[in-house]
Amino acid sequence: MQAFLRDSAEFLPILLQGVGLTVAVTLGALVLSTMLGLVWVLLRVSGVPALAAASRWAINVIRGIPIIVQLFYIYFVLPDFGLALSALAAAIIGLGIAYSAYQAENFRAAIEAIEHGQIEAAQSIGMGWALTMRRVVLPQALRVALPPYGNVMIMLLKDSSQASTITVAELALQGKLIASSTFKNTTVYTLVALLYLCMSLPLILLVGRLERRLGRRRAA
Amino acid sequence: MIEIAGLHKKFGEHVVLRGITATIARGEVVCVIGPSGSGKSTLLRCINGLEHWHAGSVRIDGVPVLPHDRSIRTVRAAVGMVFQRFNLFPHRSALENVVEGPIFVKREPRAAAEARGRALLARVGLAGREAARPEQLSGGQQQRVAIARALAMQPKVILFDEPTSALDPELVGDVLGVMRALADDGMTMLVVTHEIAFAREVADRVLFLDGGVIVEEGAARQMLGAPREPRTREFLHRVLHPI
Repeated sequence: MQAFLRDSAEFLPILLQGVGLTVAVTLGALVLSTMLGLVWVLLRVSGVPALAAASRWAINVIRGIPIIVQLFYIYFVLPDFGLALSALAAAIIGLGIAYSAYQAENFRAAIEAIEHGQIEAAQSIGMGWALTMRRVVLPQALRVALPPYGNVMIMLLKDSSQASTITVAELALQGKLIASSTFKNTTVYTLVALLYLCMSLPLILLVGRLERRLGRRRAA
Repeated sequence: MIEIAGLHKKFGEHVVLRGITATIARGEVVCVIGPSGSGKSTLLRCINGLEHWHAGSVRIDGVPVLPHDRSIRTVRAAVGMVFQRFNLFPHRSALENVVEGPIFVKREPRAAAEARGRALLARVGLAGREAARPEQLSGGQQQRVAIARALAMQPKVILFDEPTSALDPELVGDVLGVMRALADDGMTMLVVTHEIAFAREVADRVLFLDGGVIVEEGAARQMLGAPREPRTREFLHRVLHPI
């Protein structure tokens, strides 16, 4: 136990640097995937068949390719076409695009959960499509989408470890580097797991609370 | 002010309206009665373009209603609608529901819109409930907020789609009372309803729809008191003497 604590004191500062990058990748990809996901879903519900079809296909293609392959593609293939990104930027863009598909599906489910009468009420006072979305549909859909959004955050936090495959020295990769140079696998990977839990457990508890609150609202 | 000419509408193979022709004059209160599935709600929803149709035309003050054209927004801003299930915005308070259209569609200044909104809520008997959320209000109160929301747009006409059908019986009277006051103030109203007593007392004219056609129309008291058509007689008998 003492050895564990001594080694922890030595490794933690390095691992915390990894935590910093994990948070950067997660938050960056969260923002990008949210914005892209909104774009996909607004195209999907635009009522214009060509736009809806384009959105459907974009989502299918994104969902059909493993995240790791998307990361490789952006980091290793795009430079061949003259677009060289830093590892961090590539990780954020890759995960952001990959997760935009899940975000879009989540948003779509939330929008479709809104009663059609709400849209008719908005139209009946002269609102057009954009105003109906902004003032009536999206504010209500946001509440429905919030718990699953929290789940997406948790998944994204964990999947940010895939950035290690394109040399982003986030938490998982830092752990692997320390472990392979010190052979203290147990200590290092226990710390890595605990650090992930420190970040994910608060999110998990928060999602649980949001779900209960939404459940009460539905029951009322 | 509303001219409906030769309106045909079908849902898939099912024909709902088979050539409806009717006019509603300014200040007139017209009730539309008829069995469920007779097309009366569909007819109402065509007037503000919530439904499109296959033949015929609807004009309001001479301007054609085109459900798929951008101009439909202007039409809808001038045609109020009250729904059977209220359709209030659940994430906004009573007052916010009322001022939503004036502020965001008509771009009125917030202060003026809210002052008028408060007055409208008072007019429908809900002074003091401005901050209440729809879920905190009874069905009758929600429907009166919905009427205030329609009035806030200063419409030329209000369409009522079975406004009391989703209410507990003891709450019907409050809503009908508000509607009667509106009629007395000269509002043009087209009301789809099963409340025959309301039609007799308040309406100027009644249209009886069955099978997608207007079977009979006439002055309210005369037609409801002494219907000419056997189908009207049978319908009224069933509604007025359910057992």
